[in-house]
Amino acid sequence: MLQEESDLSLVIAQIVQKLKGSNLYAQLERQAWACLQRPEIRLESLKEDIKEFFKISGWEKKLQNAVYSELNVYPLPSHPSAPPEHLKEPLVYMRKAQGSWEKRILKSLNSMCTELSIPLARKRPVGEQKELLNKWNEMGTDEPDLSLFRPVYAPKDFLEVLINLRNPNYENGDSLSFRTHLGLIQVPLKVKDIPELKECFVELGLTTGQLGIDDSTQVPPELFENEHVRIGQKVLVQQDSAAAQQYIRQGSPTALRAELWALILNISSQPEDILYYEQLKTNVIQHDLLVDSLIYKDVKLTASNDDYYFVFEDYLYQVLLCFSRDTSVLGHFAYNSASPPKSYIRGKLGLEEYAVFYPPNGVIPFHGFSMYVAPLCFLYHEPYKLYQIFREMYVRFFFRLHSISSHPSGIVSLCLLFETLLQTYLPQLFYHLREIGAQPLRISFKWMVRAFSGYLATDQLLLLWDRILGYNSLEILAVLAAAVFAFRAVNLMEVTSLAAAEAVLADLSTLKVMPLLQIFLFATVT
Amino acid sequence: MSRVLVPCHVKSTVALQVGDMRTSQGRPGVLVVDVTFPNVAPFELQEIMFKNYYTAFLSIRVRQQTPLHTPSKWVTCLRDYCLMPDPHSEEGAQEYVSLFKHQMLCDMTRVLELRLILRQPSPLWLSFTVEELQIYQQGPKSPSLTFPKWLSHPVSNEQPVPRLEGLPDPSRVSSEVQQMWALTEMIRASHSSTRIGRFDVDGCYDLNLLSYT
Repeated sequence: MLQEESDLSLVIAQIVQKLKGSNLYAQLERQAWACLQRPEIRLESLKEDIKEFFKISGWEKKLQNAVYSELNVYPLPSHPSAPPEHLKEPLVYMRKAQGSWEKRILKSLNSMCTELSIPLARKRPVGEQKELLNKWNEMGTDEPDLSLFRPVYAPKDFLEVLINLRNPNYENGDSLSFRTHLGLIQVPLKVKDIPELKECFVELGLTTGQLGIDDSTQVPPELFENEHVRIGQKVLVQQDSAAAQQYIRQGSPTALRAELWALILNISSQPEDILYYEQLKTNVIQHDLLVDSLIYKDVKLTASNDDYYFVFEDYLYQVLLCFSRDTSVLGHFAYNSASPPKSYIRGKLGLEEYAVFYPPNGVIPFHGFSMYVAPLCFLYHEPYKLYQIFREMYVRFFFRLHSISSHPSGIVSLCLLFETLLQTYLPQLFYHLREIGAQPLRISFKWMVRAFSGYLATDQLLLLWDRILGYNSLEILAVLAAAVFAFRAVNLMEVTSLAAAEAVLADLSTLKVMPLLQIFLFATVT
Repeated sequence: MSRVLVPCHVKSTVALQVGDMRTSQGRPGVLVVDVTFPNVAPFELQEIMFKNYYTAFLSIRVRQQTPLHTPSKWVTCLRDYCLMPDPHSEEGAQEYVSLFKHQMLCDMTRVLELRLILRQPSPLWLSFTVEELQIYQQGPKSPSLTFPKWLSHPVSNEQPVPRLEGLPDPSRVSSEVQQMWALTEMIRASHSSTRIGRFDVDGCYDLNLLSYT
């Protein structure tokens, strides 16, 4: 049909434009030039012969992986008349809410800056640069005075903003009626119900083998585990991103996980990538940012206090400080409802040639941000590899957890999905908690914002993040949150206050993620 | 395919409601928008474009010019086109939509007037409409070039030149050279849009406070 053809050519043109600037394009060009020497390349059928060569030598597979990666990350181009804001977020009232929230954050950062008389950015003197370079691998031993710094915001502040989110065109009457939402989120976004989730997460079903369930000690490995590992090795040999993404829906063997994640995220560490990371390191050494102190404070408050992650403290600084200097992250704001904060060089206020983004990557860290990086430290040990994986995970998934948008994987949809699942399938529990003033979302919000990092045991967390990569969606976080409530429902029915409910759900470190998800989705009588 | 905007006059929406509008409690679920084209001759409609605002279903009726003094009738050209898959939720509520003539039920020649019938069955929304309505007709075709006959149909009268020994066939060489030239032209024409990666201005990153625009 005419419309679908023109849509397809638009998508193709967009992907080609994106890939033209990438390393892969330069490599393909070099390969094409080099293969001209080969005897099988003939001048009259130049195009076909080169294509054939690419197919045999594995370059076509790399290109396929790159295209698949682009399709996963970038939204389909919308209507040609739609302005760029529409691609970031189609609903006007959500864009406005995100704008007001950002303004609050900027005001908070500016006031911290003026109160403490610390500049937003400062060029380090040469002596200090040398000192930092020497200490680069052990920045955790540094004990700067961070008592005056406070995090710009915490997840509970963000929750208050989401609770107050209203659609001006929606019937928000004060009196309770059939249209009132009983949970905290009051916007009518479309969320899936359990039949739709069952269809979506069909590989988590009772009849499909799972790592996290069918690899436990009681189950003989010949039944599932051995075969699954063999298939995983085959997928890695083939180097096919799409196949890896399908495979990992049943979980990844621990030995193969690092490579599988790199394949799915289409990360291959070329010398250029190592150089890029070194360049970022140089940027960190040359300039000191106020944001760095926020990062230090966050790491000290969260990851350093965690039993599993405190050993990785130095890695976290190396990744997060470089992350805030990385301007390539600015590209994700095309499809993120948030916008990077802007400023001007001192003395040149208002002149566009002197406009810059602050921090250079446009992302202001909040309390708990470092927990996005911490679990990855178990998988990757070279800082540049760890950095690349984290950056890709952030621009694909984690940014949705702290910006206001109507995307099905955005935090607003996840909260609404959680509340709807709980209300529909555990109505007694939901009613009871609401009556005692313990709205369930107040407890589960912090789990979802951090993608459960720091709440689950690490091996369970990695199994959960396997599925996030496999399904390219964060909805599983909301389903797990509801499943946890379902699991502890009996205890929760006995509590009589919010504090008691928090106590019941304080420790999730003994939970096994996959059985909970499977029971909630496939084995609960509805 | 080029298209040309047709200036139109969108009349204010008329709500269709049973009973007395002033006293009844409910909100109307059907709105009608008339679109006229003053000072424009009957044209062939190519595309209708608009921004949705919480309309769930759209029907369009068209009045066309009929020959020989017969009275023109209203014909439905689009019936219950779904803009919001779930009328109670936000999906599709503020999307940009284009409707083309191949999606219509009748041919769209000699259009005189359009009538858009908007339906929103859900009682949850306070209002609904379509915004930024734009109507397009087909643009003029690119002028056809006429070549002199000898250019498009070369006639080879002369005998083929006797081939010199050891040299490749000239027509083959010329086709290969043409292909190479086309490839180099393509490479030269393409450009990439990657960032350079600097976040400072000439080595300086001494900032003011953050701006609130």
